[in-house]
Amino acid sequence: MGQWGGYLQLILDGALVTIKLTLMGSALALVMAFLAGLGRLSHFAALRWLATTYIEFFRGTSIFVQLFWAYFVLPLLGLSLTPLQAGVLALGLNVGAYGAEVVRGAVKSIGKEQYEACIALNFNRWQSLRHIILPQAVVLMLPTFGNNAIELLKASSVVSLISLADMTFQAQVVRAQTGSTLVPFLTILILYFAMASVISFAIRGLERYMTRGLDGVRT
Amino acid sequence: MAPANAAPTIEINGISKSFGSFKVLDELSFKVAPREKLALIGPSGSGKTTILRILMTLEGIDSGDILIEGDNLYRMPANGGLRPANEQHLHKMRTKIGMVFQLFNLFPHKSVIDNVTLAPMLTKGVRQAEAERHAMELLEMVGLADKAKAMPAQLSGGQKQRVAIARALALSPKIMLFDEVTSALDPELVEEVLNVLWRLCAETDMTMLLVTHEMGFAHDFADRILFFDRGRIVEEGKPEEIFRHPKQERTQTFLKKIIAAGHRV
Repeated sequence: MGQWGGYLQLILDGALVTIKLTLMGSALALVMAFLAGLGRLSHFAALRWLATTYIEFFRGTSIFVQLFWAYFVLPLLGLSLTPLQAGVLALGLNVGAYGAEVVRGAVKSIGKEQYEACIALNFNRWQSLRHIILPQAVVLMLPTFGNNAIELLKASSVVSLISLADMTFQAQVVRAQTGSTLVPFLTILILYFAMASVISFAIRGLERYMTRGLDGVRT
Repeated sequence: MAPANAAPTIEINGISKSFGSFKVLDELSFKVAPREKLALIGPSGSGKTTILRILMTLEGIDSGDILIEGDNLYRMPANGGLRPANEQHLHKMRTKIGMVFQLFNLFPHKSVIDNVTLAPMLTKGVRQAEAERHAMELLEMVGLADKAKAMPAQLSGGQKQRVAIARALALSPKIMLFDEVTSALDPELVEEVLNVLWRLCAETDMTMLLVTHEMGFAHDFADRILFFDRGRIVEEGKPEEIFRHPKQERTQTFLKKIIAAGHRV
């Protein structure tokens, strides 16, 4: 048991890296999703073009390739990143591109009558977006954002390929050292599932919190 | 009603508007005097709602001019001439105009009082305490002070519409546009909204334009009636002239149909 205890510790260290990657990657993805999603709805053609290019590029190329660019190619251009930084950058930009379409779809689904009420009350575009459209749209984005965050969690295992010691990387180490595949991979299976469940519950809780009162039931 | 020689609050000069190949408004002109209560009636598709939407800048115009208290709504002075209004000009012009919609258009994620206070706080820089004090007065007037903390989804249609009226009043516009404000309500809820309009009519000196199918209310409420058909004014006059002695055949047919449908005149 003492031996397995040490290996478990290794995997838990890896789990910490995975959690860090997921949190930081999701934060970057969220920022990118709003920037690019709102950029695509902008009145300025240049912003729309920029946002569309970003979205199509990061959706259209593999995260594996993006990660290798971030870690191995950027240094050639004078920008050296640590494995964690490269991982967060690749994951955040990749998932942010999917999130941008979620933001755009949700904003566009808010009824015309809400925009018209904003004009009749003389709000400017930013005020309408900030106080009326986005608060309603965010509720619609949440379920898909939950999906995206879980996707990001699972995709984070790709960083093991640039030798970042995340959970999957550590499981490989344990497997190599013990010859057992079942124990380390069953452990990380359970851990990934537990982390994904935390994301699911958190999003559902947030959704309940944000929709209170909207359905006419006083809570 | 103001004396006939007062400068008009609204002056519409030969405006036209098409949606695709459908001409909604055809070289339309009329004036509205300060404090006048004007009812716009006519069959669906006759262009009466479009006029309100154009005055609220929700739709543009293809040609013609609209003056609000002498200022051109869709054109602004530049280099001695006029050019199309920019957002800043429209923003300034909109401070004079408020609108209440057929489907209320309340903000579902904001409580009743927040619906009312938001616009004064954002667009006029009114402090929250002052905005709330004013909002409570307005909610009192529409009989909903006890619902201040409720969410819109908890209200009946009639209550929602009364909140929407309070919300529009919170900006103290000089001109109020009412677009079929009772059409989406159950019959038993129409009365409570019309009562609020009566109070407004009696207690404020706003200029009011009302698009309605409630002929009885239009008759009692309005100083003047405009009867529209196919984007033109077919007939206009005092309520008793229009409803008792319509001159145009088109008006007579329309009123007969409305009465046959069970509306009181």
